[in-house]
Amino acid sequence: MTAVEIDAGRIAKLARLELSDDEVKLYGRQLGAILEYIGQLGELDTASVPPTAHVLGLENAAREDVAVADENREAIIANFPVREHNLLKVKKIIE
Amino acid sequence: MTTAFETAALVREGKLTAEAAVSAALSRIKSADGEIGAFIEVFEEDALRRARELDAKRKTGAQPGRLAGVPVALKDNFLFKGHESCCASKILKGHRAVYNATVVEKLLAEDAIIVGRTNMDEFAMGSSCENSSVQITRNPANTACVPGGSSGGSAAAVAAGMVPIALGSDTGGSIRQPASLCGAVGLKPTYGRVSRCGLVAFASSLDQIGPFTSDARDCALTLSVIAGHDEKDSTSAAEPVPDYLAGIEDGVKGMKIGVPSEFFVSGLEPQTARLVLAAAEKLKASGAELVDVSLPHTKYAVAVYYILSSSEASSNLARFDGMRYGYSDAGAASLAEAFEKSRGAGFGPEVKRRIMLGTYALSAGYYDAYYTKAQKARTLIVRDYEAAFAKADLLLTPVSPTPAFKFGEKAADPLQMYLSDIYTIPCNLAGLAGISVPCGNTAEGLPVGCQLLARPFDEARILRAARALEKAQG
Repeated sequence: MTAVEIDAGRIAKLARLELSDDEVKLYGRQLGAILEYIGQLGELDTASVPPTAHVLGLENAAREDVAVADENREAIIANFPVREHNLLKVKKIIE
Repeated sequence: MTTAFETAALVREGKLTAEAAVSAALSRIKSADGEIGAFIEVFEEDALRRARELDAKRKTGAQPGRLAGVPVALKDNFLFKGHESCCASKILKGHRAVYNATVVEKLLAEDAIIVGRTNMDEFAMGSSCENSSVQITRNPANTACVPGGSSGGSAAAVAAGMVPIALGSDTGGSIRQPASLCGAVGLKPTYGRVSRCGLVAFASSLDQIGPFTSDARDCALTLSVIAGHDEKDSTSAAEPVPDYLAGIEDGVKGMKIGVPSEFFVSGLEPQTARLVLAAAEKLKASGAELVDVSLPHTKYAVAVYYILSSSEASSNLARFDGMRYGYSDAGAASLAEAFEKSRGAGFGPEVKRRIMLGTYALSAGYYDAYYTKAQKARTLIVRDYEAAFAKADLLLTPVSPTPAFKFGEKAADPLQMYLSDIYTIPCNLAGLAGISVPCGNTAEGLPVGCQLLARPFDEARILRAARALEKAQG
């Protein structure tokens, strides 16, 4: 089986992960080995097999759309890494 | 250690105070956990306060619940309001739960006392607890060995006799494998049997909550409390919840137990094979009938699992962006950089590896080759089990191909670690119920577990067989 080449830097960008150069090399090699192992699924003829959508066949679950008061406001705010007054502070969104 | 069953009975009858039961657990934790490292945090004051409140309530004549005064530990991926819940990850350091998981509500409603949170592989990704960003946990049977994972802290806490009940989560074996390696009973209920509201999601089509206990009766008692439909988890099943203790002593007479040949192959450590097959013979001697079954797609399960679980994880873990809670990089110049830096520094190596594997499998041009292919192969595995359960009521297999291994032995090679889950993964892929029951020790004194698998929602039968095996083993 041929080794699978992975551009770990590109995947990390898609996944919003900052990686060092060493990590890019290490994960590229490790992911290549894992994908090579996963390649054995190619042996299976699945042309006429449907993909599993839900393992027990459960269909959509719906409930009434009723507003419920959330009493956890203070606790949620206490978890904010950066805040101003009671507002969550984040970086500028529009560059 | 007193079982949960006995403790609750004593507290309900007024022969033991909840405070005494909880104090005993806290002192066991104090004396044993320095060496084992099962707990990330012990809620000492909170647990004692709740125990005293329960004792006071009892004095007013109120009948305590089914888990009255029973000390319970939670894996670090459950939400317990007001307490930290971090998935043993740096990215959730300092995060305090703002609501209770549904299972926590159910435990509290039955007067269980939650005493602490236990170590785990970061975000439940791993088979040894070595991926925790907090600490290592040692196997109580041999402290040079890992406890298994990812719920290794919960398994070790029960196996070392610190608490009678600990909850874990099982995505590909994370309850059953550490139960086997530490010598505890560990149950993964059917997909949808227990609400996952308040469990930090890893792979939503596979995750399920279940208990670690020292015997099958405590397991049945715990499942009776935590199972059931929950409108806050749309994947929880509306099936009625039986009393799993009723009928647990009824034995296995006439039960057909399938032994799949594909699980007893090269790579299975010989002492493990011998002990698991001896368990099958004991069930036969107790009246069960052993039948041959075949699960031909078993060898593809690990590949299917790592595509599906990583794909789901890459999506689920996208929410950890460093904005609303947990670790946040303060030095970033832009929003995009803040995401990348917070996630790059907050997640450990295994979590990053899996997020990347999932991102790759779901990315444009690869989706059909990996994700769709894996969902089709999953259908073949589900069909294997449907055919096996047409011939047998339960299946009996090993849990782990080896007993507990040494620290560092598999940590360098992710694929070797993944392959240690080969016997537990198919149960999650097919949505079945599965349990690990201790079936003896190797010559080196390491515990070995035997796995029993059942059709969806047939936990009562699994527990009955597990109890029969315990009795047959004496």
